[in-house]
Amino acid sequence: MWDYTDTVMDHFRHPRNVGIIDNPDGKATVGSLACGDALTFMFKLDAEGKIAEAKFQTFGCASAVASSSALTEMVIGKTLEEAEKITNREIAAYLGGLPDQKMHCSVMGKEALEAAIHNYRTGEESVVQVHEEIVCSCFGVSREEIERVTRENNLHSVEEVTNFCKAGGGCGMCRDRIQEIVDEVNHTAAAAAAPAPAPKKMTVLQKIKLIEQTLEEQVRPVLRKDGGDVELIDVDGDVVRISFRGMCAGCRSAALTRDNLIATALHEFVDPAITVVME
Amino acid sequence: MPEVIYLDNNATTRPAPEVVEAMLPYFNEAWGNPSSMHAFGGHVARPVAEARETVANFLGAERPEEILFEGCATEADNHAILGVAAAWNQPGTIITSRVEHPAVLGPCLRLRELGHNVIEIGVNNEGLFDLEAYEAALAATPGPKLVSVMWANNETGVIFPIRKIAELGKAAGATIHTDAVQAAGKLAINVKDVPVDLLTIAGHKMHAPKGIGVLYVRRGTRIKPLILGGHQERGRRGGTENVPYIIGLAKACKLATAALSDGSETRIARLRDKLEAGLLATCPDSRVNGCRTCRVPNTLNISFEYIEGESVLYHLSDRGICASSGSACAAGSLEPSHVIRAMGVPFTAVHGSIRFSLSRYTTEHEIDITLRHVPEVVAEMRALSPFVKH
Repeated sequence: MWDYTDTVMDHFRHPRNVGIIDNPDGKATVGSLACGDALTFMFKLDAEGKIAEAKFQTFGCASAVASSSALTEMVIGKTLEEAEKITNREIAAYLGGLPDQKMHCSVMGKEALEAAIHNYRTGEESVVQVHEEIVCSCFGVSREEIERVTRENNLHSVEEVTNFCKAGGGCGMCRDRIQEIVDEVNHTAAAAAAPAPAPKKMTVLQKIKLIEQTLEEQVRPVLRKDGGDVELIDVDGDVVRISFRGMCAGCRSAALTRDNLIATALHEFVDPAITVVME
Repeated sequence: MPEVIYLDNNATTRPAPEVVEAMLPYFNEAWGNPSSMHAFGGHVARPVAEARETVANFLGAERPEEILFEGCATEADNHAILGVAAAWNQPGTIITSRVEHPAVLGPCLRLRELGHNVIEIGVNNEGLFDLEAYEAALAATPGPKLVSVMWANNETGVIFPIRKIAELGKAAGATIHTDAVQAAGKLAINVKDVPVDLLTIAGHKMHAPKGIGVLYVRRGTRIKPLILGGHQERGRRGGTENVPYIIGLAKACKLATAALSDGSETRIARLRDKLEAGLLATCPDSRVNGCRTCRVPNTLNISFEYIEGESVLYHLSDRGICASSGSACAAGSLEPSHVIRAMGVPFTAVHGSIRFSLSRYTTEHEIDITLRHVPEVVAEMRALSPFVKH
């Protein structure tokens, strides 16, 4: 569970000022269903120009509900000039703090407040400042961001891009555009490595290689711990000739080692028909 | 605090009292090291060997030495995937699914960074595995191949046709791994019938404690160790054997075998179906995620549209009900569950998915209480939502 303060949990369990106002002076919705966070915020002014009433509806996690609730308490009784000075950090502080990953909830509160005041002053629905091409409007992901994740993570499909930056994961309208961007990025990347040859039935050479590989991987690490080693002398059909080196040579337990270790490994990884002969 | 109703058994399960009892002597009395050259330690080697045989029988393994005891299922998944690729000595292909547990997706991502080809097979809107795409991927990829596909999904409970997947993969020369963490104890597992080379299970998902996992390694499978520095597990996994947990896991396997044959799973399925039918009837705009006829018996994943999962979980928690969510906020990330998204669940429902997962300890009384509380919470959250017309 998140480490929410008691104040956050109180506002979540008993949110203040939930609902709507008939004929509000200012109103705005920020966030979206696809993002997982959304807040509708509205207010009504009194004769002196102070916020007399503020209401909200929130779709989101506990801290989103708490941030929205806190926002309404903070703005009531303030003039718009006073209210617009409220920062997202002050919303978080009002709640006794928010986990780092949840600070975006306080940002959503601040954005809703700004947008609602803007709505009151201009009658415009929302404030969107476009500095760059926004490809995915559900999640607000720009072309630059899609290019960056594609390049840095070697992505090739829209699905992968969605996994990395959410773009394309909402309504899906932008998926063709994302594919174009991915293709452009990959066009400059080097071609994929040449494919390995298809497997065939084991030749004598392959069998020898497999025996050598098995000795290297399964047998030598054990023998080397005791200062010993093993050498492959010959492979004649199913007969594998082995010679011990180092501490193993002449050791009376060598035969036992051979039976238990080498034969078991070769039977398991190469061919159960193998007979091991010690030189 | 109200009485706790635990419906989050896909996250972890209650250690069975019999399991705890079986473990205690290995803390208090027989706490020796099974590798020791003295009788005090040596006495522990035999129970460990017996436990290995019990687990081998539980999975249908031919030999006890095909069972590797590891620290957890995440380690076992990592070992299977990284260990097989390490034995290749050349770039290969890993075929997995888009809905795997992060314990599988994580090492696959690492292998992609190392230059291997990783192919993620998708699922349809019922969460069912795309066999056609899988066959195409097998046919299109030369060189060494590893298939790692889960047996049952942790979020939706959807069962994959693992036997078919394994047979097709073997025919194409691939090594086959399956994460069977959510299948073990809920479905009969028998590696004699299902030709996988590697299989992962977790103790704590089947009423053993956390801290013990198993990697089944079929004889002859080429795999390198992940944990180096010890002769234990035939040099395939270093580290002194976690004796009490190994004993506990074996006991849990025995209990699971009994439960699989005494009708417990049918009873769990009946309670799950009662919960599902009740919630669909009392909560408008709700939908079940995942194929309803192809699930493990204990799992229900249900989306309540226009509300967000974390809020629902906190309100349920206040009422003593433990569930979980694929919602982004509850998962501690910004993105909702990759499983729910891979299934193409409508965006109105993605953030409101709740998973209820039962166990053989779940009672009908608990389901009845849950059926009273959930509709209240859903209605309360919808009263707050800007997307519901009031």
